[in-house]
Amino acid sequence: MSLLDDPRWGEALSHLPDYLGNHVRVSLAALALGLAVSLPLAIITRNRPAPRAILLALASIVQTVPGLALLALFYPLLLLTASVTLKWFGVSFSAFGFLPAMLALALYSMLPVLRNGITGLNGIDPALIEAAKGVGMTERQSLIIVELPLALPVMMAGIRTAAVWVIGTATLSTPIGQTSLGNYIFAGLQTQNWVFVLFGCFASALLALAVDQLLGLIESGLRHRSRLRAGLGAIGIAALVAATLVPTMGRSSSGYVVGAKTFAEQYVLSALLRDRLQAAGLSATARSGLGSSVIFEALKAGDIDLYIDYSGTLWANQLHRTDIKPRAELVADLKTALAKDNITLLGELGFENAYALVLPKKRADALGIRTIADLAAHASTLSIAGDYEFFSRPEWAALQKAYGLQFNAQRQMQPDFMYAAVASGEVDVIAGYTSDGLIAKYELVALDDPKQAIPPYDAILLLAPKRAGDERLKAALGPLLGKIDIATMREANLRASGNDANSSPDAVARWLWRKVGGR
Amino acid sequence: MSSKLAISYRNVTKSFGPLRAVDDVSLDIAEGEFLAIVGGSGSGKTTLLRLANRLIEADGGTITVEGGDVQNVDPVALRRRIGYVFQSGGLFPHLSVADNIGITPKLLGQPTTDIAARVDELIELVRLDRASHRDRLPEALSGGQRQRVGVARALAAKPRIVLMDEPFGALDPLTRDALGDDYRSLHRSLGLTTVMITHDMTEAILLADRIAVMRSGKLLAQGTPSELSTSSDAYVLELLRTPRRQVERLNALLPQSGAA
Repeated sequence: MSLLDDPRWGEALSHLPDYLGNHVRVSLAALALGLAVSLPLAIITRNRPAPRAILLALASIVQTVPGLALLALFYPLLLLTASVTLKWFGVSFSAFGFLPAMLALALYSMLPVLRNGITGLNGIDPALIEAAKGVGMTERQSLIIVELPLALPVMMAGIRTAAVWVIGTATLSTPIGQTSLGNYIFAGLQTQNWVFVLFGCFASALLALAVDQLLGLIESGLRHRSRLRAGLGAIGIAALVAATLVPTMGRSSSGYVVGAKTFAEQYVLSALLRDRLQAAGLSATARSGLGSSVIFEALKAGDIDLYIDYSGTLWANQLHRTDIKPRAELVADLKTALAKDNITLLGELGFENAYALVLPKKRADALGIRTIADLAAHASTLSIAGDYEFFSRPEWAALQKAYGLQFNAQRQMQPDFMYAAVASGEVDVIAGYTSDGLIAKYELVALDDPKQAIPPYDAILLLAPKRAGDERLKAALGPLLGKIDIATMREANLRASGNDANSSPDAVARWLWRKVGGR
Repeated sequence: MSSKLAISYRNVTKSFGPLRAVDDVSLDIAEGEFLAIVGGSGSGKTTLLRLANRLIEADGGTITVEGGDVQNVDPVALRRRIGYVFQSGGLFPHLSVADNIGITPKLLGQPTTDIAARVDELIELVRLDRASHRDRLPEALSGGQRQRVGVARALAAKPRIVLMDEPFGALDPLTRDALGDDYRSLHRSLGLTTVMITHDMTEAILLADRIAVMRSGKLLAQGTPSELSTSSDAYVLELLRTPRRQVERLNALLPQSGAA
């Protein structure tokens, strides 16, 4: 099958109106806000060197913060603000999705607008400002009639840079819950769906390029005082915005929102949950690619209605517990604790997705390693890789303490690449996930944990506070509880990690339902 | 002086940091008079000119324009009733010739039809071609044409006083001569009071009724060219020597022009 008639292109295309519309909406709002703040600041500080320097320094600092981190920072910040406004004024707002994305992107857009605004205004021949004064203009008239029109081409160049940056960075707003073209990229990376990754990259690059060219047309029109060129550029921008926004306008987002974190298993399970709700006649959409810390808060705030988490994760991150209990006991305690926040722990799906130390079976046999205790004796000559959070999690500290593990080197890796890395010998051991299908595929073995240092990670279904009494929802989800065993989930994950048409989360979710639906 | 004063400086001083740009200058300019202020660069002549319409504020002394202390007048209103011709034009590059000329009447809130008529009148007055120049941008004009637009702009709101900051300095000699003559006749026919800055004594002698000589912020001498020639100041005599030498050499080289 050639790359071009892969049905995943069609699937990607079917998401385009939604993803592109949201991408343009958040970029446009961010740029508008950025301009509304930066242009007046540029005008006010144009003749004041000290505040100008401070402002530019601040904007530069913002620019050095990685886009993803900036976006992620706004989420807790807004949560805090929302709780304060709720307390003081009785109004709350959603700290999820659009608002944090827009604010972070607006902040990101400020530097080029400020810098070019100030450069443009300061670059005007002082003789012309003198002339403006001399013919009897007030300072304000001088600004409006002379300085701004003359600075406009340079300002426009800054706006152009800002627009391209914002459009590019907006792809990173997916993990904080804002749908964007980044949904393709995040989902594609996690499920090894390169068609999606390519599609997302091309779509955002094309959008940025189109906007850049059209703004460039306006800029050159302003520079050469050609109304035609500036007009054509403006019409082009308006047409582009209308074409991307209209298809999704008026489409209500009512119904259930199923959240999913940023890895393949979550994409598959959220698709499965969505399908079950739709089969029960409930309208539902999946909101995938949410950051691990964002998703729980989003559920608590009601921005999403349900999602699958893992008992050990909440135990450590939300309850801040470091002790370890048996599987069932831990879930029961968690249920009681979450109930205080009105979050319903509906039940377990049946499988565990725990961390496990994994290495090739052949290697383990050769070294005579079967448990983590065996591994500890060899660790000083071995290297270990884990996902981005593993080494800062309490489990890792517990493991090190329980077994006295001291590795030669440790590396962080994108989870999907870890298994191939350990299979090829690039690293010796990885901190993998027990439900991952790649363990079987690459003939790896998960080592036993005789001291039970790693807490249990039962997949559990959580409902938002506002859905606590929703019996239709509970009835629709009931058939999934306890039905998905570890072998089934591993196979589903292995399918999802494939690189063909049957490996899309939607297709795997359908396969999974065929497999467990009759149980 | 019996006639009324258009501008009067009384013991005026202005410093920029340690530099005394204008140092205790007293100078009267009568209504209808054409005064040239002559001096080298850094002599304070431009500063002195700009003090009159408060483009620069004085540190000390009194300046009156048409009898009123400029400190008691709104500077914006003051500038709108005094024409100002800038060195190399100072035209706004993004505005057409007509919009440049009509800017002060527009700021004064005059009706657009009146402004349009006034602009046409002024284009004729400064001998530009209405059809080919009116809607052009300044960049499409020659240096002389630009300066004619600058003069038209200064006259647009019908001022009685016109200040000119080395208006013809950057032009070629022929254009300069023609423009100087044209302006001189406008000055007379419109009954203007003109203060013109120049570093060129020949130009000052040819155009102005009276000449004020400045050096290092001080007013060294003032008077008609013949009054100046009797001055005892070495610098003033030095300034007058240049045009004299030019006349002598021209007479020697072009004997037939000596009769003119």
